[in-house]
Amino acid sequence: MDFSLSAEQREIRELALKFAKNEMIPHAQEYDEHGKFPTEIFKKAWELGLINACIPAEYGGAGFSAIDGVIIGEALAYGCMGMNTSFMANDLALLPIVIGGSDEQKKRFLTPFTQEFKIASFCLTEPGNGSDAGGIKTQIKDGGDHWIVNGEKMWITNAGYADLFVVYGTIDPNLKHKGISAVVVDPKTPGIEIGKKEDKMGHRSSDTRGIRFNNVKVPKENMLGKPGDGWNIAMSTLDHSRPLVASSALGGAQRAMDLSVHYAKERNQFGVPLAKHQAIQFMIAEMGMKIEAARLLVYKSAWLCDQGIRNTEIASYAKAFASDSCMQITTDAVQIYGGYGYSKEYPVEKLMRDAKLIQIYEGTSQIQRLVMAREILK
Amino acid sequence: MANVLVFTELHDGHVKPVTLEILGKLAGQTADVAVIGDIAADQVATLAKCGAQNVHKLKGANLDKYSPEGYANAIADFIKSKSYDYVFAGATSMGKDLLPRLATKFNAGLASDVVNFTMDGGAFAGTRPLFAGKCLAKVELTGPKPHFVSIRPNALGMTEGLTAGAGNAADVNTNAGEIRAVIKEIVKAASAKVDLTEANIIVTGGRAMKNAENFKILNDMADVIGATVGASRAAVDSGFAPHAMQVGQTGKTVAPSLYIACGVSGAIQHLAGMRTSKVIVAINTDPDAPIFTKADYGIVGDLFTIVPILTEEFKKLLGK
Amino acid sequence: MNIFVCVKQVPDTETKITPTGDGSFIETASIKWIMNPYDEFAVEQALLIKQANPAANVTVVRVGSKKDTEALIPALAMGADEAALVEAGDNLDSYSIAKALKGAIEKTGKKPDIILAGKQAIDDDCLQVPQILAEMLGLPSVSVIVGFEMNGAAVKVKREVEGGALEVYEVSTPVVLACNKGLNTPRYPSLPGLMKAKKKPMATYSLSDVGVSEADRRVKYSGFRLPPEKPAGKKFDATDAAKQKDVVGQVVGLLRTEAKVI
Repeated sequence: MDFSLSAEQREIRELALKFAKNEMIPHAQEYDEHGKFPTEIFKKAWELGLINACIPAEYGGAGFSAIDGVIIGEALAYGCMGMNTSFMANDLALLPIVIGGSDEQKKRFLTPFTQEFKIASFCLTEPGNGSDAGGIKTQIKDGGDHWIVNGEKMWITNAGYADLFVVYGTIDPNLKHKGISAVVVDPKTPGIEIGKKEDKMGHRSSDTRGIRFNNVKVPKENMLGKPGDGWNIAMSTLDHSRPLVASSALGGAQRAMDLSVHYAKERNQFGVPLAKHQAIQFMIAEMGMKIEAARLLVYKSAWLCDQGIRNTEIASYAKAFASDSCMQITTDAVQIYGGYGYSKEYPVEKLMRDAKLIQIYEGTSQIQRLVMAREILK
Repeated sequence: MANVLVFTELHDGHVKPVTLEILGKLAGQTADVAVIGDIAADQVATLAKCGAQNVHKLKGANLDKYSPEGYANAIADFIKSKSYDYVFAGATSMGKDLLPRLATKFNAGLASDVVNFTMDGGAFAGTRPLFAGKCLAKVELTGPKPHFVSIRPNALGMTEGLTAGAGNAADVNTNAGEIRAVIKEIVKAASAKVDLTEANIIVTGGRAMKNAENFKILNDMADVIGATVGASRAAVDSGFAPHAMQVGQTGKTVAPSLYIACGVSGAIQHLAGMRTSKVIVAINTDPDAPIFTKADYGIVGDLFTIVPILTEEFKKLLGK
Repeated sequence: MNIFVCVKQVPDTETKITPTGDGSFIETASIKWIMNPYDEFAVEQALLIKQANPAANVTVVRVGSKKDTEALIPALAMGADEAALVEAGDNLDSYSIAKALKGAIEKTGKKPDIILAGKQAIDDDCLQVPQILAEMLGLPSVSVIVGFEMNGAAVKVKREVEGGALEVYEVSTPVVLACNKGLNTPRYPSLPGLMKAKKKPMATYSLSDVGVSEADRRVKYSGFRLPPEKPAGKKFDATDAAKQKDVVGQVVGLLRTEAKVI
């Protein structure tokens, strides 16, 4: 057993962290305050190869492993969880194509993302269906030489900026899971209405909107797999994406811990640094313990992915544990900072707001526990 | 007892103060001074008062302005005609550029940016900061002589009650040799302030300055007390001040007599760049700001009210 | 055109420095090592020159101990063509480092046209190596450069001196230039660049390969120690508007009578 990263992985991490520290952290506060979409930073990250890690080498990607992907994800989330949500949404949207697309579709849809800076959205959630993804209402009907999409999507990351949508719908609601299908949609297609940007508690720089599809025509050749393959593609995508989402919680937690340690050593109370007080030490010890455990889960869930071993259970452990830990750690960071922590002048309150979303999106912490129980008890 | 040459620069015809600091510390050794070009009689007298025996005025073609090659050739030419054990100079812009090249002409070593030294038995042993002042080490020289030393300005301080030297001034003809890197032009900085690294008093603004315009209150105070204005990394990164003004590990390392930090929290990189200041005054609203751990005089309060009062008080004190 | 860039690997600026028990150096075990920040400007300048002169070859050279994350790799990932590492301790003096760099440059068999380096390494802060190297190679040098223009063999550089004034130098290649912050904005190494970096040639030499021995040491360090902690200062509360003037007046008085700095 070897827990160490390869020299190459250490270099990837250094590079991504350097980018996070120099390009993301100094701007994170401002983008958060104004809810500004980080186009320039996103583009710069893309130029450096930090975006779209999931695209295989044969389609122009760097050919990163899932472990490389979570290393990059953790580092970028260290810079800003909110911006990283926008970055990561590209992977979430492209993964269904990587997993369920034909060779021709991969060339047509993935390769352009390696040649030009492009943004993608993963359109699964609907106003009435969040956790219950099987209950999708959006309809994909056979219109002869094309598909016709009708329905509404909600909480779609990058929606206002996307060059490509991957849309989940059903060919027949009575078929339940077996009717679910996925199509790649050009956001400029007539009949697509993109809603206004949501005013969110955290991840304020990421662009989140509703989308309405009114008789949207989609070419036949844009369906991933066969009609009805959508559910399996979605589930397999989650196995790949959960380690990634977990890594973003890990990055945010690490940042909260680094800030807390730094502050605890510098700030004096009762004549000694905070770090000399046992109450603070316990909180910091807890942070270290949880981050280390979360990181092992994240790496293992990604490693299983790379080995081609089914990781559903471990990926849910990783996603739930990392995001719950991130919430606890960022909350404690605010506690350690005290009054200053609650002020927007200091960076930790933003981390706490950002942490909350990771417990919710991509399968809530409760859904993860359902998945775990189902896997354990089956 | 060692035979020492101190190379001095002139600024507006005046000997740079670091030369006098060095001469003072060399009391007990035989110290000569070398200068490129002419030097006024009163300046020779000042050097003599600090112990200079001979003042060598190095002259020759192509020495009218500084060039690393020309100066190094000329000084080397002169040194070869004498037998000095040590050559000292200030760790100024010129000193830092010139001395490594000059020392290498003798395959000799250079201890740079020394902040204190002894000459026990005529042998140099210095102290110099490393890692931006986060630690100190003893520095000694070995190998071919003369040995070269550059001294950080303001670090030694002036020595009182020195025995005067003879102060014999004479011209020496030297050869500047081939000069390939030539100064074509000197572009003066917008303000003619003393550089941060040589400033005797520094006023620094931190992130709490909020914007570039607010630096005016620091400039006003600096004008009254003859200070140079600096900025913390946070202020520079926020675009309040240019990098040339940055004090700290990735900016300038400074050691003024008086350092006034306004709204600077005191990040470790900043402290590393100014901790060797003789007297530190800090103004901050946060009574637990780390800067107060380094401050000799800490004022807990809002810089926007305190700084103007300070300026008024300084005016009163200095009769301005 | 042959461009050489001298880089050094130094402790991260946020590193807490701890002297070893015997004071012979600092504890290096838990240090995070980075490329010396000033060297990034040198690497970037080399790549800018290469962009304008595509036939140019950029070689990065480092003297120091083997590291977990090698600083030459990001330089190669940024776009340098090849690298050379002279394995040595991390506490060599400037003279030995310069001599080793000279040896490593000569080993390549390429005649340097431009040698770039950071103006100083932020570990020993000596500001010596570029000038020593220039003298050893018999080349002109300009240090602390913040501006660079090139027209054929003619190079025009701006050197920053006291008070922010600029000396404008004209010089012909070959030349040694020591770079300061402000010269350019270093690019990031890209991930694809990182992958390519692995395949670029990297030579490794020992100190004796490049003709350096302990006899070349000119500066000896010992007694590494932390700077003395200052005794606690005096703190005054000036949050009360009514007392501000008195408090500030008191401090100004102390600066004259006690500290004697005004």
